[in-house]
Amino acid sequence: MTKIIRYVFYDLLRTRFVTAYTLFLWLITFALFQLDNDGGKVAVSLLNIVLMVVPMVSVVFTTIHFFNSYEFIELMLAQPLARRSIFLSEYLAVASSLCLAFLVGVGLPALVFSLGMVGMTLILTGVLLTCVFTSLAFLASVVTQDKARAIGIALLFWFFFSLIFDGLLLWVVYTFSDYPLEKVTLALIALNPVDLARIVLLLQMDISALMGYTGAFYQDFFGSSMGMIFSIAVLLLWAILPLAAALTRFLKKDL
Amino acid sequence: MKAFLLVAVIFSCVCFSYARVIKADHAHSIQQAIQIANPFDTILVTKGVYKEGNLVVQKPIHFIGEDGATLDGENKYEIFTIHAQGGTIQNLIFRNTGIASINDLAAIKMLQSSKWNISKNIFENCFFGIYLANSSHCWIENNKLTSDAEAEHQIGNGIHLWKCERVTIQNNWVKGHRDGIYFEFVTNSIINGNHSEANMRYGLHFMFSHSNEYRNNEFINNGAGVAVMYTQKVKMIGNRFIHNWGSSAYGLLLKDIRDSEISGNDFKENSVGIFMEGSSRNHFSDNQFEANGYAVRLQASCDENKFERNNFKRNTFDMVTNGSLVLNQIKSNYWDRYDGYDLNHDAVGDVPYRPVSLYGTIVERMPAAVMLWHSFLVFLLDRAERAMPAITPENLKDDFPSMKPYAVAQ
Repeated sequence: MTKIIRYVFYDLLRTRFVTAYTLFLWLITFALFQLDNDGGKVAVSLLNIVLMVVPMVSVVFTTIHFFNSYEFIELMLAQPLARRSIFLSEYLAVASSLCLAFLVGVGLPALVFSLGMVGMTLILTGVLLTCVFTSLAFLASVVTQDKARAIGIALLFWFFFSLIFDGLLLWVVYTFSDYPLEKVTLALIALNPVDLARIVLLLQMDISALMGYTGAFYQDFFGSSMGMIFSIAVLLLWAILPLAAALTRFLKKDL
Repeated sequence: MKAFLLVAVIFSCVCFSYARVIKADHAHSIQQAIQIANPFDTILVTKGVYKEGNLVVQKPIHFIGEDGATLDGENKYEIFTIHAQGGTIQNLIFRNTGIASINDLAAIKMLQSSKWNISKNIFENCFFGIYLANSSHCWIENNKLTSDAEAEHQIGNGIHLWKCERVTIQNNWVKGHRDGIYFEFVTNSIINGNHSEANMRYGLHFMFSHSNEYRNNEFINNGAGVAVMYTQKVKMIGNRFIHNWGSSAYGLLLKDIRDSEISGNDFKENSVGIFMEGSSRNHFSDNQFEANGYAVRLQASCDENKFERNNFKRNTFDMVTNGSLVLNQIKSNYWDRYDGYDLNHDAVGDVPYRPVSLYGTIVERMPAAVMLWHSFLVFLLDRAERAMPAITPENLKDDFPSMKPYAVAQ
């Protein structure tokens, strides 16, 4: 299994895409730090990148990669190797290469310019979101045979979690605004990894004071170590569950 | 006859001479000095720590301390209780007054007095620092008040005035009290160049205090910022409201304030720059709002207020309101979010700017929506609304937005 991971990993690093992605992230982060000395503002801009760009690149790249290495996977399957280990190796290799790109692209500048606790949270959520969306993309790739359709499904995931879900959330808040919604919304947020990451990050940024009662409630919850563990656990769950679903599908799939 | 006259003159001189200087030191307590003093005598307090409980002063006396002259209340007593017309308290150190929940124990309490000068004193851990009730024509200058209380109920106000008039409060430094400066029914007074920092509740708090002038004061990092209520004809000029941050903190909270002028102030890093409610006919000009959460929260209960030539920079929300009726005038301000154009280059933008964003309005109506902050959806909604306003108040706009920030005095 480690052999396959290593092979796919090096193969991915050699493709121009991962390098370009790294460079893109690095350039943006570096430029943001150059343009603005205010660490807080940079963190907000980086937040947008982490929440929008990272998931999108993760889903698109993973899906394309899966279908491009379809023949390689078929060849591997012809060998006396368990399907499970091939699939998991593929996932781990893709996820780790994207994470590496993110760490070098955003993590290094953030550490160099010392963003402190916010920076650490930014890196952590970025890495977790990469894992989550890679796993969602694997799910999208195994449910269909067609590459274009798989990319469509993967993008739909991204679109749903970054936009549609928030719209639904706003609708819920609007409809039930006469009721105390804090706990309900907290549960709803756990259903969306992007929202969860965003709120965990926002609460690190000392702007929670603006968020009034709701903000104070969230601060109380996410500010504690229990809340931090909860959000990391939920994000990990968001990575593991789709992957498990994809794996079961892949094990039975007629390739 | 001549000799008799001479004796009479000398005798009268001795009797009525009021410029005596009496020394208070370890042998002679301040209490004794007060007793033997005639009106307008000077009591020179020499260096040392005096633990004399409560000192009641009922005649005009000048108290002047040598460096290091300290009056200690032993955490039990009020130190000075004054009821006299005229006098001085200068260069003394007051510390450790008692703490009480029924009586307002103070380092200097002045009741129905006038014409006192309280300057260059230091107050350490006093419950109330300087407390004036029903007094007038006093001068409070260059005092330093600090306290390290941990909770609001353990501490009184730094400079507390009740029913006073014509008082000048200048260049004082207050830290760690409940309210830095507190006024109730105080009129025609000047508050200039004070520094009020890290107080438990408000940096400045006044009610029913008409026709006062606040200039060049600094209010920094107070528990709930500055709150002023039920007052008219106030001038607030050149003050700095900085980093009053927290879910219930305001740079400046205006409640029922009328006919006032607020100009040349600097509002920086407050969770809310100005929150106003039920306020009318106020004029806000040449202020700088920078890096606040909300620069201005203008409740719909305000009318005929005018915002002119202010700078709005890097605020999360420039303005929010809670209704669609707009009776206030907003014009010729600089907004850093303004993305209009200026074809004739007269430095005035050609399309109006709408300072109220859709998301700001949504949050104002449904506080729980705040969790969508910084999400892509909010970005799209704001863009769409800005292009075609439907929900935000149609009339709340700046028709002549400035293209360039104004140079405001800092």
